[in-house]
Amino acid sequence: MPQKSFAYSQTVPSVSIQNADFDAAQEYSQLRDSGAGTGAIATFTGLVRDSGDRQGVTGLFLEHYPGMTEQVIGDLIAQACQRWDVRKARVIHRIGRLPLKSQIVFVGVCSAHRRDAFAACEFIMDALKTSAPFWKKELTDAGEHWVEQKASDVARSEDW
Amino acid sequence: MPEQTLSVRFFARLREELGTVHLTMPAPAGQTAADLLATLASRGGPWGQLITGQPVMIAINQAMAKPQSPVKPGDEVAFFPPVTGG
Repeated sequence: MPQKSFAYSQTVPSVSIQNADFDAAQEYSQLRDSGAGTGAIATFTGLVRDSGDRQGVTGLFLEHYPGMTEQVIGDLIAQACQRWDVRKARVIHRIGRLPLKSQIVFVGVCSAHRRDAFAACEFIMDALKTSAPFWKKELTDAGEHWVEQKASDVARSEDW
Repeated sequence: MPEQTLSVRFFARLREELGTVHLTMPAPAGQTAADLLATLASRGGPWGQLITGQPVMIAINQAMAKPQSPVKPGDEVAFFPPVTGG
């Protein structure tokens, strides 16, 4: 492993769990402010779509485990910092009732190079889906149901 | 005596199906998370699913744990379905 010589910058909290929507452009601007060595920013935004376990989804309800969730995501960011050149990272996850097209989750990573930025961003997102205590309920015209964990998500997370 | 009990929390589908967010339970010496699940399951009705139903994940003091993990007085033990965020 190459010795890392960059400083991890944290001018805003790395992890936010919130009901409120977020402004991806503003998050991007804040990520840019991570020092002269940053040459790449990778961001991911997840949205509420109209199909999931079933068709005709009209929205989602998300629940988390206050305290533990923040800690698990903080640990994932720390793991990413061990494995890749990560100069700044930011994760936002929304909870509560979210209508279609709502933004659910934001992951942004700054690095010197694109490969580290892409890899760290994808790792954090994949690992979050199977280890961060969030639960998603699909709301439909015919009722609501909790989403079951996908074997494909578990496999993706184990691949890292 | 508060020091001889532990706190149990339920989330998501389990919270709804058990109709319970939080419980205070006795914490006898040598108890594991699996013992605690068995005690809760013996309440009958929907509680039986804790050992016969879909897999239940366990956290002790907000860190992931295993069925054989010990639970002590004062611990916060949480049971929940596999996570599905993001």
